[in-house]
Amino acid sequence: MDFMTHHLLSLILFLPVLAALVVFCLPSENLKAIRWTAFAISLVPLALSIILWMQFKSAQPGFQFTEQYDWYPAIHSSFHLGVDGLSLTMVLLTTLLTPLALLASFNISDRLKAYMLLFLFLETGMLGVFMALDLLIFFVFWEIGLVPMYFLINQWGSEKGERELWKGVKVQARNYASLKFILYTMGGSLGLLLAIQMLGMLFRTFDLQTLYLKWAALPAGFPMFHFFSAVLTAATVKTIAFWAFVVAFAIKVPVWPFHTWLPDAHTEAPTAGSMILAGVLLKLGAYGFLRLVLPFYPVESQHFAGALAFLAVMSIIFGAFASYGQKDFKRLVAYSSVNHMGFVLLGIAAAARVGISTTDAALNLSKNIALNGAVLQMFNHGLSAAGMFFLVGVIYERTHTRNLDDYGGLFPLVPIYGGILIFTSMASLGLPGLNGFISEFLVVRGAWPVLTVYTAIAMLGLLFTGAYILKGIKQVLHGPLNEKWAHGEHKLTEISQREIAVMAPLMALILVIGVYPAWILDVINKAMIMLFH
Amino acid sequence: MHFPILSVIVFTPITASLLIFLYKPEQKKAVRITALAAAAFALTLSTIVYALYRRDVGGYQFLEEYRWMPFLGISLKFGVDGMSAPLVLLTGVVMLTGVMISWGVDDRPREFFGFLFILASGVFGVFASLDLFMLFFFYEIAVFPMYLLISIWGWIKTREYAAMKLTLYLFIGSVIALVGALAMYWQSGMHTFDMLQLEHANFSPGFQRLWFPFVFLGFAVLGGLFPFHNWSPDGHVAAPTAVSMFHAGVLMKLGAFAALRVGIMLLPEGARDWHWWVMGLALVNIVYGAFIASVQTDFKYVIGFSSVSHMGLVMMGFATLTREGLLGAGVQMFSHGIMTALFFAAVGMVYDRAHTRDIPKLGGMVKPLPVVAVGMIIGSLVSMGMPGFSGFVAEFPIFLGIWKTQWLVAVIAAISIVVTASYVLLVVRRVFFGTMPAELEGHIRPTGRLDTIALVLLCALMVGLGLVPSLMVPWVQTGVQHVLTLLGGAG
Repeated sequence: MDFMTHHLLSLILFLPVLAALVVFCLPSENLKAIRWTAFAISLVPLALSIILWMQFKSAQPGFQFTEQYDWYPAIHSSFHLGVDGLSLTMVLLTTLLTPLALLASFNISDRLKAYMLLFLFLETGMLGVFMALDLLIFFVFWEIGLVPMYFLINQWGSEKGERELWKGVKVQARNYASLKFILYTMGGSLGLLLAIQMLGMLFRTFDLQTLYLKWAALPAGFPMFHFFSAVLTAATVKTIAFWAFVVAFAIKVPVWPFHTWLPDAHTEAPTAGSMILAGVLLKLGAYGFLRLVLPFYPVESQHFAGALAFLAVMSIIFGAFASYGQKDFKRLVAYSSVNHMGFVLLGIAAAARVGISTTDAALNLSKNIALNGAVLQMFNHGLSAAGMFFLVGVIYERTHTRNLDDYGGLFPLVPIYGGILIFTSMASLGLPGLNGFISEFLVVRGAWPVLTVYTAIAMLGLLFTGAYILKGIKQVLHGPLNEKWAHGEHKLTEISQREIAVMAPLMALILVIGVYPAWILDVINKAMIMLFH
Repeated sequence: MHFPILSVIVFTPITASLLIFLYKPEQKKAVRITALAAAAFALTLSTIVYALYRRDVGGYQFLEEYRWMPFLGISLKFGVDGMSAPLVLLTGVVMLTGVMISWGVDDRPREFFGFLFILASGVFGVFASLDLFMLFFFYEIAVFPMYLLISIWGWIKTREYAAMKLTLYLFIGSVIALVGALAMYWQSGMHTFDMLQLEHANFSPGFQRLWFPFVFLGFAVLGGLFPFHNWSPDGHVAAPTAVSMFHAGVLMKLGAFAALRVGIMLLPEGARDWHWWVMGLALVNIVYGAFIASVQTDFKYVIGFSSVSHMGLVMMGFATLTREGLLGAGVQMFSHGIMTALFFAAVGMVYDRAHTRDIPKLGGMVKPLPVVAVGMIIGSLVSMGMPGFSGFVAEFPIFLGIWKTQWLVAVIAAISIVVTASYVLLVVRRVFFGTMPAELEGHIRPTGRLDTIALVLLCALMVGLGLVPSLMVPWVQTGVQHVLTLLGGAG
C-alpha cells in the first residue's frame, strides 16, 4: 500500500504499457481475449486515478504525488512526475476515455492485437504529458503520442477516398490525413523543440518549477545571442520563443488557421481514434498553454493576449460556420471541435490579458473565472466530443455512409440512439443543465470584462453553434424518412448494449457536471488560484 | 599480465578469415558456422570490454603494447576510452547481425565471409589502436576488402563503378590524412607514433592551423562529410547487404572517429581555428542530405542519403567542440550505426524477395514480413529523432551543443528533422503498407529465424538506449571529458 501511494503516478502511467505487454503475449487469433484483457486492464488506471482524485489535497499548493528519478543526467533532465488540480483533471479524463474507446473498438477484428497495443501506448503517451514536471520529459511524451495515432489513422482509418498529395500524386485519404496530422504536429513542435533546447542550454535544467522562476526573471535587456554584429536581447528572444510555443500548442488545439489537419484526421480515423483525438489529444495543446505558455511568458502573453483572443474568436466563428457547411456528419462534428476549443483559448487569452501582477480584485476574479471555464471546457469537450464521435461511428457502422443527405427521419427507427444523440448534442450546444453550458458561461463571464469586443463576437458564434448542431440532428433524425433504412438488407438496427455502455458514463458525467459542477470546479479553481496568482 | 582482450578482439575476425579460407569452397555450411561462431565470440568479448570499462576511472583502459618497429617509434598499442568502447561494441553487433542476415549468400560464401572478416579486423583495429601508424594500417585493411566485396558480390548494374569510386575516394582521403600524420611525426620530434604521447606534443598554433584540414578532411571523407560524401550512397547501394550494413553502420564511424582522434584530439588548436568551416559543411550534410534522400525513388538510395544526413550530425557535434555536442556525437555514432545496419538489413531482405528496390513497385510487405516492417518502423522513428528512441538521446545534446555555439545553425539544422520524418514515413508506408503489386503476390517468403533474431537485437538496442540513456551516456561522457581536457578544458 505504501508502495502504491508513493508510486501512484508511475503506476497509472505505465500500467497501459504493462497491459500492452500482456496483450502482446496473447494469441492473435483469440480476439475475445485480446479485447477483454485490454479493456479490463485499462480499467485499473481509471480506478487508480479515482483513488488519486480522492487522495489529492486540493487546498495544498504545488504539485503532489511527485516522483523523481534519474533519466539523462548528462543534460540535466530527470524523470520528474507530479500533478496539480489542472493535470489531475486531465489525467482523469484520459483514463476515463481510454477504456471507453477500447470498448468502442470491440467491433475491430483486423490486426486487433496491433491496434490494442497502439492504443495502450497512446494512453501512456498522453498521460505522460499531463504528469511531466520536466520540460524534456514533457516533450518526450508529447512526441511519442503522435506515433500510435499516426498508425491508427493510416492503418485502421476509413478505406474510402483519395486525396492529392502533390503534383497529381494521389494517395488514399487516410494516408494523406495521417501524414498531414503527424507532419503538422511535428513541424509545429519544431519551434518548441528549439526553444526547449535553448532553455536547456541557458539554464542547464529542464525542471519546470526552476524554469518558471529563472526564465521569467531574465532581464529584458539581457543580450542573449549574437549574430555577427547583431545582438538579440532577452526580450526579442522571449517573443520569438513565445510564438514558437504558441504555434506548437495552437496546432494541437487546434486554433484557426492551424486547424486544417483536424477535419482530415478526424474523418479518416477509426471511431475510437477520433474519440481519443478529440477527447484527449486536443487537450494536450490547451494544457500546453496553461502549463507552459502562461507561466513561462507572463509578459509576452499579456502583450499578445489580443492576438490570442483574435485567433480564439476566429476559431469559434469559422469553426461554427465550417461545421454548418459540412455534408459529412463526421466532418461536422470535427469542425465543432475547432469551435469549442476556441472557447478554451478565449478563456486563456482573457487570463493572459489580466496578467499576474494586477491587484484589481474584480479583474482577478474575472481572470479566475475565465481560467476555470477554460479548464472545465477542456474536460467537458472531452466528454461530449468523444461521445459525438462515437455516435457518428455507431451510425456509420450501420449505414456505411456519413453523408447527411443520406440519412433522414431515423428517429422512429432508432429511438434510443436518437435520444442519446440529442442528449449529447445538447451538451455540446450548451444547454443549461448539461456540462457545456457551465464551462462556456464561465469563459464568457470571465472574458467579458477583459476582452469585451472579442467576447461579444464569440457569443455570436455561440448562436451558430446552435445552428449547426440542430442542423445535424435534423438531417439525421428528423425530416422525411429515407426508406432505404426502414426495410430490407439496409434496415437500421438499434444501438447495442455495448454501445450504450460506452455512452452511459459519458452521459452520466455530462449530466452530473451540468447539475452539480462544484466537485470538479473546486479542484480546478484552487489549482488556478495557486498557479496564476 | 592480464588477458589481452583487445588484441584477441582485433585478431579474432582475421583468424577466422584464415580458417574459413582453409575450407573447401563447397563446404558452405562449415564456412557459415565458423563465421557465426567467430562473430559471436567477438561480440561477447566486445560486450565484456564495454561492461568492464571503468567509467569512474576513465581514460584509456585495457592497454596493451607490443614492440613492432622500435627504431621508428611504432608499436602495436591497443586501448579503449569512453569514445571508442561503444564503437567496439557496435562493430561486434554489426558483425554478428551481418553474418546472420548473410546466411543465404550462396555465391562463394567462403570468399565473402573471408573478406568481410578481414574488413572487420581492420575496423576493430582502428577503434582500438592508440598508435597513429597502426591506426592507418588498420584503416587501409578496412577499406581494401570493401573493393572486392562490392565489385564481386555487389549489385550488378553499378558495382564496378561504385567500388572504384569508393576505393579511390577513401584512398585519396587517407593519403592526405597520412601526409598530415607524418607531418605530426616529424614536427613533434618525439620519434613516436604513440598517440598518447603525441597528445602532449604541443604543436605550434601555426602548424596546427596548417595541418588540421588535411588530417580532419582526409578522414572525414570516410565519415561522409560534404562535399566528399559522394562515394557513400553509390557505395551503399552497390554493396551486398552485409557489406552495406558494415559500411554505413561501422565504416563511416571509422572516418568520423579517426577525424576526432587524430584531427581534433591531436590538433586541438587547429580544430578551434577551423571549426566554423566544419560546422558549415556538416550543416550542408544535414539539411541537403535530408532533402536529397526525400526525392529518391530507390529504397536503398533513400537510406544511403539519410546516412549522409545523419553523419552530418556527428560531424556537427564534433565541430561544436562543446561537452554536449561531443557527447551527442559519440552516442549518435553508435545509434546511427545500429539504425542504419537495421535499415540496410531490412532493405536487403525486401530486395532479396521482391528483386526490386524501386519504391513505386513495392507495397504491402507488412503481411509477409511483419518483423521487417516493425524493425523498419522503429528504425524510422530513430532516424527522425523521435523521443524514446536512441536517435533522440543522441541528437538532443548535439543540438544543445549547437545552441551553445551558434543559434542560427541549430535553427537551420532543425529543418532536417521534419524533412526526415516526412520521407521515412512515406517510404515505410509505400513499401510496407498499401496493396502489394500483383506480380509480387505469393513470391515473398517469410524471414528466417536468424534474420528475425538479428532484427530484434538491433531494435532492442535502439529502444533500450532510447529509454535508458545511461546505458551508454556515462561511457561517452568520460571520453568527452578527455577530449575537452585536450581542447583546453573549455566546453
